[in-house]
Parts: sequence; C-alpha cells; structure tokens
Amino acid sequence: MKVHVAAAQIKPRKGDYPFNLNRIGDLFEQLEDERPDTDVLVLPETCLSGYFLEGGVRDVARSREQLFQDLLALYRSRVKRTDAVLDVCLGFYELGDGKYYNSAAYVTLSGIDSSVPAALVHVHRKFFLPTYGVFDEKRFVSRGRSVAAMDTRFGRAAMLICEDAWHSVSATIAALKGAQILYIVSASPGRDFSGQHIGNVARWNVLLPCIADEHNVWVVYSGLVGFEGGKGFTGASQVVDPWGNCIVKGSSLEECLITATLDREDVAAARAASPLLADLEAALGDVTMELDQIARHPYTGMVAGSQDTGNTGGVR
Amino acid sequence: MTRLPIISAPVLDVESDDNLKVNVELLTDWLVAFLQDEITRRRGFKTAVVGVSGGVDSALVAILLARALGPENVFGIRMPYKTSSQDSLDHAVLVQQASGINLQTIVITDAADGYLQFCPDADGRRRGNVMARIRMTILFDQSQKLGTIPVGTGNKTERLFGYYTWHADDSPPVNPLGDLFKSQVWDIARYVGVPEVIVSKPASADLIVGQTDEGDFGISYPRADRILFYLLRGFTVPRLLEMGFPQEEIGIVKRRLDGTHWKRHLPTTAMLSSTSINDYYLRPVDY
Repeated sequence: MKVHVAAAQIKPRKGDYPFNLNRIGDLFEQLEDERPDTDVLVLPETCLSGYFLEGGVRDVARSREQLFQDLLALYRSRVKRTDAVLDVCLGFYELGDGKYYNSAAYVTLSGIDSSVPAALVHVHRKFFLPTYGVFDEKRFVSRGRSVAAMDTRFGRAAMLICEDAWHSVSATIAALKGAQILYIVSASPGRDFSGQHIGNVARWNVLLPCIADEHNVWVVYSGLVGFEGGKGFTGASQVVDPWGNCIVKGSSLEECLITATLDREDVAAARAASPLLADLEAALGDVTMELDQIARHPYTGMVAGSQDTGNTGGVR
Repeated sequence: MTRLPIISAPVLDVESDDNLKVNVELLTDWLVAFLQDEITRRRGFKTAVVGVSGGVDSALVAILLARALGPENVFGIRMPYKTSSQDSLDHAVLVQQASGINLQTIVITDAADGYLQFCPDADGRRRGNVMARIRMTILFDQSQKLGTIPVGTGNKTERLFGYYTWHADDSPPVNPLGDLFKSQVWDIARYVGVPEVIVSKPASADLIVGQTDEGDFGISYPRADRILFYLLRGFTVPRLLEMGFPQEEIGIVKRRLDGTHWKRHLPTTAMLSSTSINDYYLRPVDY
C-alpha cells in the first residue's frame, strides 16, 4: 500500500489562529492543484500559533473538537472537489479537561460527497515537556499521560511531538503498540553553529534515522521555520524510510513542502532483515519487570550489579 | 602478552579554539535571515540604522544588514568625539566601501562637552558613559527620523564582561551578534569581507586615547572566550584549574562575569501583585 505524504514547514504568524488556519487552507488548495494524490499532510508543532507564547497559550488554545470543526469547514471551503479526502496531522495548543496541552491532532477531512467520513482520529498530548534553558513548557501546559498508536486509513501510526522523539522510549512504545508510520511534529530552535549543520538539526539528522532503523518504521518529520523573538526554528522536515535512510529533506530557513511516497510493504521487508522489534517483543516481559523495578525503587537506593554479583544485600 | 593499541579520547587543549569554531557560511545565512525577519517581517521596517565605530563588530553588522536589507537601505552613522582616533574614522569609511551602505558623520563633541563642562572632575569612565549614551540618543533619534530602528553590535564576550554602558550600547532592540563570542565575530567578519585592517587591529572602545579592550580586561579575547565557554557550560573553577587554565585568568573572567549579572537584565521592579509584569504576566517579545 502506497501512502503519499506531504510535510509542510511553515512560519506561523505569532498568536494569530485565524490567520494561520487560513494559511493551511492555502496549502489545501496548493495540494489539490499540484499534488492531488496527497493522502496525508503533516504540519509542525504549534503551527496555528507559533511556539513561544508563554501565557499567550491561553489565548490561542482550542478544544480538539473546535479544531476539527475549523479544519473541516476550511477544507470544504477551499477544496474544489466535493469528493476529495485528505488526512492531516498537525500541532496545536489544546484546551481540554480544564487544562492546556501542547498537542498533535490527526484528522480525516473529506468533502460532502466523499464516501470517506470526516473524523477526528486521535489527539496526542506531548508526553515529555522540555523545561530547561530556552524551554519553559511545564509552566504553561500540562503533560500528556500516554503514547498511543492509532488506526488510520493508511494503517497503524503514532504521533510524537519534538522532545517526545528525543527519548528513545517514546518511539519504542509507539512501535510496540503497532505503529508503522511515526509522524513527528516539532518546533526546534536553532542553536550551536559549530558543525556542518546547525546543532539541533544535526541531532535530528541522527535521531530520526535511528528511530526508523531501530523499529523499522517510516518517519515523517515536520519542523517549524521562522524566527520568534530572535529564536529561529530550523525546519529540516524530512521523511526517513524503515532502513533509516532520509529520502527527502527541507531547508533550515525557508518555508516549503516536502513530499514522498511511503510503501508500507517496506516495513515488513526491513523488519525481516533486522528483527529488533520482534526481539524486543519477545523480551518484553523481562524489560517490563526491569522498568517496573526501576520505577518502584529509586535509582539512588540500588546497589549496582547486585543481582549479577550475587550480592542480595541491597534494596532490591 | 600481545599489547593492544590504545585509542584514547583526545585530551582537552586549553590553547585550542575548537569549541569556539563556527560554520561561518551557515551562520552568516542564519544571521541575514534573522535580520530580515526581525526588521522587515516582524516590525515592518525596510531600513535600519547602525552606529559605525570603525571596529569589527559594527563593521560586521553593517555588512550583514547590507545583505539583509540592501545597502541602500542601511544608514551608518559615525559619531566621533574630539579624542576619537583618526583610524576609527578612516576605518568606518572602509566599512562603507566594503558594504555599500550610506554613511554620515555626527560629531558628538559639543553635545558631550555641553554637559561635561559642569563636571570637570568626571573621570574617564563617566566621560565614556556620557559619550555612549549620547551616541545612543543620536541613533534612536536618527532612527525615528527615518522611521526605523537602530541595530545593536554588542558581542557576547563584552556582554558577559559587562563591558559596555548600560542602556546605551545594549539598548537597540535587535542585535545579531549578542550570542557570539568575540573570537567568533572575528571569524565571521573575515568570511563576509570586513577589511583585514579592521579585523586584526586591537579592539577598542576608543573612549580614552590609547585604550584597548584587552588592556582594560588584563586578558586577551581568545583566552577569555575559552574560559567563558566552559564557565557557561557549567564547569566549576576547580575543574578549569584541573584542565590547565591559569588561576589568574580564571579569576579575571569570573569576577567580571559574576559582577555584572544585573547589567544583563531590565531594571529591578518591586513586585506587588500577582499580575506583576514579567513575573506573572508573561508574553514573549514578539507576541
């Protein structure tokens, strides 16, 4: 099964939800005219508002239902074909359960004559909130409590948001839950200009192929671009195949759309050659016990290597 | 017994600038994009004003602005005092020739002396501060005249050392160099074509005849930058000593750094409510 994906890296107008929503409408039109076979459009973290909002999160946050209704109305008003259908994955500030979240939504949008029903498929709330250095997320948004896989029209997939992906355990959970495509949305501020690539881009360039290669999943990454108060986001949107090869990448400065065709059969082929995920599934019981033990006993109270050395005098 | 070859991680060389090396091509494109974004997209201005001292920092900013906005849209201003060196004035002209920007001269002697005549006992520091603040008054006023903003030129080393006049050199709302150590400014300056005579001359605030930055500091910029790099990374003084940095040089850098935190902040405001601005009421600069 082929999946035609497009990842857009855009510069949102700060704090202006209606304007940024309309920009997405422009993309709907562009895709219909120039890439009508697109199945999934991926947009960056906080693409409807900009990232560094501090208390402004309260002004721009929307409920997931409101977001879905806004996107569906926009799609139907901007796309000419009434039987068209498009899945969209995008980052937004969410108001839900009496809290604010940094979230990513996956929706299916369809015209009024389409046989595919429009649907709000899933919302992932950012699991790891960066709160250090230039980041201050915990102060303004709440943390998501799960990493879920979701069933889409194109198979099982999962969403991660920026720092989620910097923890290998997030992609591991998603893969164990059956995801074969990982959509990663990000707002990554550029820092460290000492190497061939901007430092955080260099990190993504390592991370994304590692995630794809370890779990043999497709990775579609969409990064915000543009400056916010001197902090520039580094785009570099990319698609990485299940062997860890980046097959298309955007620049670090400019807005653009990258497109690629994903073949889901590649997932099985890559896993057959490198069954790391199967090995993990087989060992999952022991892995779970290890993690559970760590969670119950603080690391500081443990005796290193006590089990291997036969020393049972520790807290284990 | 056959000995295996040992491959060790490289030991840190305190004389090495490796940690300060930047990708000048990449960084130049980034700074040009930053200036375009901050000045044109966010604030809606097509032009910019920059004080051109004849030194490397303002020369680099002038060239970056010329690339970002077009040289015809950049207005450089020389603001000499009667004691300013002729080299500074001449080098500002070299900057104009290298960048193609507009350049005018506004002499600040009468303005500064108009006040300083009442302060015959003012020492060099006070006189320097008066000059710096007059220059910034002029830059903001000229910006108002042109309907734009002044662009700052302070680098990270002098910011960390507090080696500037508070609410003068540091006051322009946009600054492309503020996160670059002086050593890095030199590297980029050479890459973008700042005349070598400007890059290689001893840096000077030119507030007092014969003054140099490094003379004021008691340590060279490259040596200070290496120490600052590790201090900002969180290394302790004992760790720096262990690495081989001289105690005296660490002391010079640390004293300047620790004594000037206040200077890198806005004025301290008494917090009286739970809506105190910048404590509770938080909005980003570009919101």
